[in-house]
Amino acid sequence: MQFETVIGLEVHVELKTNSKIFSSAPAHFGAEPNTNTTVIDLGYPGVLPVMNEKAVEYAMKAAMAINCDIAEESIWDRKNYFYPDNPKAYQVSQNDKPIGEHGWVEIEVNGETKRIGITRLHLEEDAGKLTHAGKHSLCDYNRQGTPLVEIVSEPDIRSPEEAYAFLEKLKAIIQYTEVSDCKMEEGSLRCDANISIRPFGQEEFGTRTELKNLNSFNFVRKGLEYEEKRQAEVVSSGGKVEQETRRFDESTGKTILMRVKEGSDDYRYFPEPDLLPVYIDDEWKERVRSSIPELPDARKKRYMEELGLPAHDAKVLTMSKEIADFFEATVEAGAAAKQASNWLMGEVPAYLNAESKELAETKLTPANLAGMIKLLEEGTISSKIAKTVFKEIIENGGDAEAIVKEKGLVQISDESALLKFVNDALDANPQSIADFKEGKKKAIGFLVGQIMKASKGQANPQAINKLLAEEIQKR
Amino acid sequence: MSIFDHKLKEIQSMIEKKEVSVPDLVDESFKRIAAVDGDVKAFITLDEENARKKAEVAQSSGKASILSGIPIGVKDNIVTKGIRTTAASQILHNFDPIYDATVVNKLREAGTITIGKLNMDEFAMGSSTENSSFQKTRNPWNLDHVPGGSSGGSAASVAAGEVPFSLGSDTGGSIRQPASFCGVVGMKPTYGRVSRFGLIAFASSLDQIGPITRNVEDNAHLLEAIVGVDPQDTTSANVPGEHFAASLTGDIKGLRIAVPKEYLGEGVTEEVKQSVLAALKVLEGLGATWEEVSLPHSKYGVATYYLLASSEASSNLARFDGIRYGYRAEGAENLIDLYKKTRAEGFGDEVKRRIMLGTFALSSGYYDAYYKKAQQVRTLIKKDFEDVLENYDVIIGPTTPTPAFKIGEIIDDPLTMYANDILTIPVNLAGVPGISVPCGFAENGLPLGLQIIGHHFDEKTVYRVAHAYEQATDFHKEKPEL
Repeated sequence: MQFETVIGLEVHVELKTNSKIFSSAPAHFGAEPNTNTTVIDLGYPGVLPVMNEKAVEYAMKAAMAINCDIAEESIWDRKNYFYPDNPKAYQVSQNDKPIGEHGWVEIEVNGETKRIGITRLHLEEDAGKLTHAGKHSLCDYNRQGTPLVEIVSEPDIRSPEEAYAFLEKLKAIIQYTEVSDCKMEEGSLRCDANISIRPFGQEEFGTRTELKNLNSFNFVRKGLEYEEKRQAEVVSSGGKVEQETRRFDESTGKTILMRVKEGSDDYRYFPEPDLLPVYIDDEWKERVRSSIPELPDARKKRYMEELGLPAHDAKVLTMSKEIADFFEATVEAGAAAKQASNWLMGEVPAYLNAESKELAETKLTPANLAGMIKLLEEGTISSKIAKTVFKEIIENGGDAEAIVKEKGLVQISDESALLKFVNDALDANPQSIADFKEGKKKAIGFLVGQIMKASKGQANPQAINKLLAEEIQKR
Repeated sequence: MSIFDHKLKEIQSMIEKKEVSVPDLVDESFKRIAAVDGDVKAFITLDEENARKKAEVAQSSGKASILSGIPIGVKDNIVTKGIRTTAASQILHNFDPIYDATVVNKLREAGTITIGKLNMDEFAMGSSTENSSFQKTRNPWNLDHVPGGSSGGSAASVAAGEVPFSLGSDTGGSIRQPASFCGVVGMKPTYGRVSRFGLIAFASSLDQIGPITRNVEDNAHLLEAIVGVDPQDTTSANVPGEHFAASLTGDIKGLRIAVPKEYLGEGVTEEVKQSVLAALKVLEGLGATWEEVSLPHSKYGVATYYLLASSEASSNLARFDGIRYGYRAEGAENLIDLYKKTRAEGFGDEVKRRIMLGTFALSSGYYDAYYKKAQQVRTLIKKDFEDVLENYDVIIGPTTPTPAFKIGEIIDDPLTMYANDILTIPVNLAGVPGISVPCGFAENGLPLGLQIIGHHFDEKTVYRVAHAYEQATDFHKEKPEL
């Protein structure tokens, strides 16, 4: 039996405000445990929350970027549950009236575009973090009160592949708005997935399971792939899918039962009496809306139409605002668009991957990259030399032209200079001449190699090829 | 005669004339406490060493305000940095705050000297102070009777002459009812008038801190010192601070008084009713007029209150879990067990009762029938007050249906206990200000209180009426014999 997969995602994104959502404590990642806390974050008796307006603006910005309607009146609610990482034993969240509702994100899978609905985006406070050490558990409340938006998708996703594309797109959009770093490894983006299957043509949904511990987009995809297979096997063998929460195990690639859900949890939501409702008027909305930069899809279109980039290049470059911004600055600094794109899609990520670095941690700048590309285009340096220059500017910075001059890396295209290299190589390798004359064309390659070596890579390869062909005939 | 029998203004002029010093005042407080608190049991914690030190400093640094150098007692649900704050609960028996409530900061600026922390019903839940985890405070007028509650320690300490004034908190009558039972003046300001930052929350949408004093004028001075918008409490209102004391002209000619028939109806004893009618005569004599009106939904006040206040409390008190501060049970086997044991051992019966009630009212499947319905009724009660106050300056009635009952008399009958707040609760639900002033004595010698209720943020008129009445009567001059 063939099944249709139905997936809905819940994505939590931490907002990078300076201070927390309800206290003045810094909201930064990586401080010593319990140093970024005030009595408010620790839930001391008598303390009250004070809303950080920036957090609301950031949430509005994110909600607008994914096409949500913005609430005129948004209400805070308390979500009550006991856990040591939740110091008040309630989380201030939004139940009935979230900041944003009814949005959508467009994804592209196998060349087809599809709209995934966004049910809602609401704002809430993050919890602290527990570490378990033997018989003890340690509480760190640094993260407590970090502003968090929860984005809930409609069950519009039909494959793990689409889920992956949705997450990539959502991450790109949120990063463009600059309200979050969206770093899964630091926990500033987290994802839970709901998945069910149903026979094709059936309208009602099957029983869903919820997947947790999905620590990368890849794991989301793998977990969902495993789970759709597992559910299909259960149903095909006459069983029934249970409503349960399952944990993705990274080492085995399987999902493991965490707990069975009997009915839904009762969080006893009620309006938070310590906070006033948030009223969002048109003026505020417009102010926030006008601060949203050009988003990935619009940029992609522009790169294709104005810069003539192929669709693939435009898509890859615009996935990250950092790369797209870098690309544009490089083009502005005088580089040809396609050349800049090639470097930013090829050598640059290869270097970053190999060195496990972020672009911002290197010395590469749009100006020095553009400078290098210009030298290459003009024929001042060979593509081989360019790789040497690239390594120099990404590691140590500096102006490409100055480096080329200083290190004597200029390409030699002058025929009389090249002729010497060619004749030296022919003199030193009579066997290669004999081989060539016997029809072994490979011999030319060997000779070019010897010349490049002797010229420290500076010889113009095209010119060498031409001269070699001429000179070898004279022998 | 004790120095505390004088008004603040008089005490300040005595300090100026060097007839008395600040250390003398503080000494007077501790002497009186030593003499009578063994019987009254108003204080949970005393801060004698610090208070005496502060008195020396205050004496040499001079006057900052009319409150400078005056000893004060603070209800034990208001956090005080360095002074143990328990909310009269076992679960906070060892809690030493590292911060001050906004009102405590304001008092420091005004120059008062905190003597200690006052007993109350645990987490302010109760009407008799019998629900304290530590001790039962007794009514200074008759030690067999309760002082009222939950601010029983605050009212009893002032009535007993231990301090000239104190701070209490009022969620459903917790300032006015004990003030009435103890024959002192207690004001619950408009919701939002006084910052709640540092007040250990019982029911956030109802709680207000307010002053308890010997007379109306001092009460107005103390309220002036603690009001104001607070950036740390976004429910505090941005209304201009006012000179309440300056409005005590004694002139209430043309004042229009509304007397709700529900406030003189069923459950209100004859002597309470007569004392209110007599008070209205006095006010008439001063040029006011009164008419009977109706607050038709006030009969739902107690039910509405116990649903809303308990719902909020069930959430507000969830943080007392034994993890970060306060009491933690020994011998727990796992996390859930730790929660259960800590809360079972740390909370008293009444607190548990209300947590269970509130948890139930918020539960899915019951939320609409209880919490939501109660919110709707609250809106109606609020509207009752708005409708009446559209045509009147103040609403007047008794503070409580009966004088103080005996210790142990109704503690095992929660519904009768809850009904004691029938006349004060609607005021909290409406959010308007209300004061209780002495208006006579019952046959058994216990004080009775007159409740004067005003428009939102019109404490000025409430004080003016209360002061005019006080000037025309002598009840506030009576002192209990201890």
